[in-house]
Amino acid sequence: MDKLFIVSSSPHIRSNVTTQKIMRDVLIALTPAMVAGIIYFGTRALYLTVICVITCVLTEWVYEKLMHKKSTINDLSAAVTGVLLAFNLPASASWWIAFIGSIFAILIVKQIFGGIGHNFVNPALAARAFLMTCWGVRMTGGAFIPIDAVTSATPLGILKEKLAESLPSYINLFLGTNVYGCIGEVSKLALLIGGIYLICRKVITWKIPVVYIGTVFILSLIFGQDPLFHILAGGLFLGAIFMATDYTTSPITPKGQIIYAVGCGLLTVMIRLYGAYPEGVSYSILLMNVAAPLIDRYSKPRVFGIQKVKKLKKKSEVI
Amino acid sequence: MNIKKATFKGGTHLSYNKELTSGLNVETSIPPEEIILPVSMHIGAPAKPIVEVGDKVKMGQKVAEATGFVSVPIHSSVSGEVIAIEPRLHPNGQKVLSIIIKNDMLDTPDENMHPNSDYKNLDSKEILNIIKEAGIVGLGGATFPTHVKLSIPEGKKVEYLILNAAECEAYLTNDDALMMTNSDDIIKGLEIVMYVLGIDKAYIGIEDNKKDAIEKMAKSAQALNVDIYCLATKYPQGSEKHIIKAISGREVPSGKLPIDVGCVVLNVATAKAIKEAVIDGKPLIERIATITGHGIKTPKRMLIRIGTPIEHVLAQCGGFTDAEKFILGGPMMGISHFSSDTPVIKGGSGFLLLNEKEIDLSESNDCIRCGKCVSACPMRLLPLMISNASVNNDFEKAEKYNAMDCIECGACSYVCPAKRMLVSNMRVAKREITAIRKEKAALAEAKAKEAKN
Repeated sequence: MDKLFIVSSSPHIRSNVTTQKIMRDVLIALTPAMVAGIIYFGTRALYLTVICVITCVLTEWVYEKLMHKKSTINDLSAAVTGVLLAFNLPASASWWIAFIGSIFAILIVKQIFGGIGHNFVNPALAARAFLMTCWGVRMTGGAFIPIDAVTSATPLGILKEKLAESLPSYINLFLGTNVYGCIGEVSKLALLIGGIYLICRKVITWKIPVVYIGTVFILSLIFGQDPLFHILAGGLFLGAIFMATDYTTSPITPKGQIIYAVGCGLLTVMIRLYGAYPEGVSYSILLMNVAAPLIDRYSKPRVFGIQKVKKLKKKSEVI
Repeated sequence: MNIKKATFKGGTHLSYNKELTSGLNVETSIPPEEIILPVSMHIGAPAKPIVEVGDKVKMGQKVAEATGFVSVPIHSSVSGEVIAIEPRLHPNGQKVLSIIIKNDMLDTPDENMHPNSDYKNLDSKEILNIIKEAGIVGLGGATFPTHVKLSIPEGKKVEYLILNAAECEAYLTNDDALMMTNSDDIIKGLEIVMYVLGIDKAYIGIEDNKKDAIEKMAKSAQALNVDIYCLATKYPQGSEKHIIKAISGREVPSGKLPIDVGCVVLNVATAKAIKEAVIDGKPLIERIATITGHGIKTPKRMLIRIGTPIEHVLAQCGGFTDAEKFILGGPMMGISHFSSDTPVIKGGSGFLLLNEKEIDLSESNDCIRCGKCVSACPMRLLPLMISNASVNNDFEKAEKYNAMDCIECGACSYVCPAKRMLVSNMRVAKREITAIRKEKAALAEAKAKEAKN
């Protein structure tokens, strides 16, 4: 017995899934939408995405270096944040908007709270909200419209402002042709392909995207709106597939995920119909992000072999 | 005899690596020069040696007797001479008093072994005594004395007798092998248990990746009132609680035993041992084990005598190559050991030699809250929350998250993309919670005493 073996706690084998592989899958899933963005908005879409990704990764690297923390840029999560942030920008945005937004996303939203897994809101969405507050004009409305365009607003903008223009057809909305919006949100087809890829790779489950989109569909139907238009317009697909499903900021319990997705859908429809903004996806996801820990707390699954959890709880409270 | 399908909710799929040994014939291990019999190969009180150094013993002779109800005797698996009774390294990592017997290679059988061709002449008490005297324990790995399990407390009724042949652990194929070679014996053993418990129906659960074994068992059980369940191949299907859930639909309440919901679960190897003890009069002196992993030259399935030094077995498999980890049992719940210089014990279902590629030694990263552990947990716990509470020494919180219900199956750690030591943290929490509970109980007792005075 000259050789001593390694001793450790069981289990002794691990699945080959790693954080890095998950993030790589997300990046792969975002590629179709990236291609669509480049087709519809030109190389500027690519240029802004590259700026966002580089800035995000660099910010993370510099911060961790300064704080003497282990570098986490290899897990690719910063790169995913970069792509998602770029997808939420209008193609006309200046380089410094992308630059500042990326620093905000990684430094303020992610790293200051402890890095990967510790942020309480989605970094890309929080950065978008920050940019909208600071440079509203450069982020919304006219920012989406190229100079030589025939129309003057995004589909939801047309609806909100009750403009005389006709709404784009379903097929245009689905493919993203002749529709204006953020870089990554226009082609629902591309986003759908990415979403199906993620579900097949078991990175996400169908629950959050389907329930979110389903809620928007049903609610807009109830409120007498065109449900198909509402689910195809704006950033709903991007939000439901890529943002609301963010692991860190969504509930972990199966029941909680349903509640969260319904909440996202409800807020989106409310903002779209009664709010000041034409689009409500990012704010509703941010609000539900904040509620996620609370949802988790009240949606704990029933533990195997424990019946009537509620009664027991009440008893212990009385004591 | 019926064949049905069932499973439970949750769990995960492993990379099974069963093909390393699944098609192989069961080889009989060459008898070793000497055997090492630790007095503690079961849960309960250690047995007491009844032989002395220099004594001649025969194959099957009792060398240590049970000390109490929850204890079983130990028998020599060879004939020869007792050369030492001293502490030796036990697979649990500690030194345990062991009886060392030098093999004379004659295999002279003990005259005390009585065959009973018709067990129906015996009553259930007599059979339970035979089972106890044969040293039979749960051979799935838990090694709980079988006669204790089959002694049904008053007021309890067995409705479901389940034979566990799920073998959900990765790598292991020894139950599969046993079903292929000894299905008749297993069914006979099951019949005896049914007779002891006074029931006329039994259930057998086999994972559906063992098609041949299912066929074999179905053939052997044809005349018997038995339902064979093809269980979905999913880890941990063979967990006692989950095979009960899959077959009977019942959940064993937290902190309770299967018998509380009218269930008794036996491993197939245990059933075979019961048949051999009752019908052939043969005590438990050998078992089938899987010797596998990518760290061993030729993986094998072998019939090994209890007490055989593991090194002797490994040598017959060509020795190990680049093994980094040596595991007793399966890779999910087995115990890793720093040395292979220990004997084969009753619960030794598998001996794994894993190389660096198979054991993931990558560092733990921050939890990304992906929730994969939540969907994998067969107990529907929130492993990440318990683990975090445990890491922060907040054991009260861990208890609130039902840490004590963790069965340590390892599914959460297996699926974790951040490679966190979830089960390990959970074990710490369980240990601390138990300690805190004990402390509280002692405090309460002291207070009560004070109040009395």
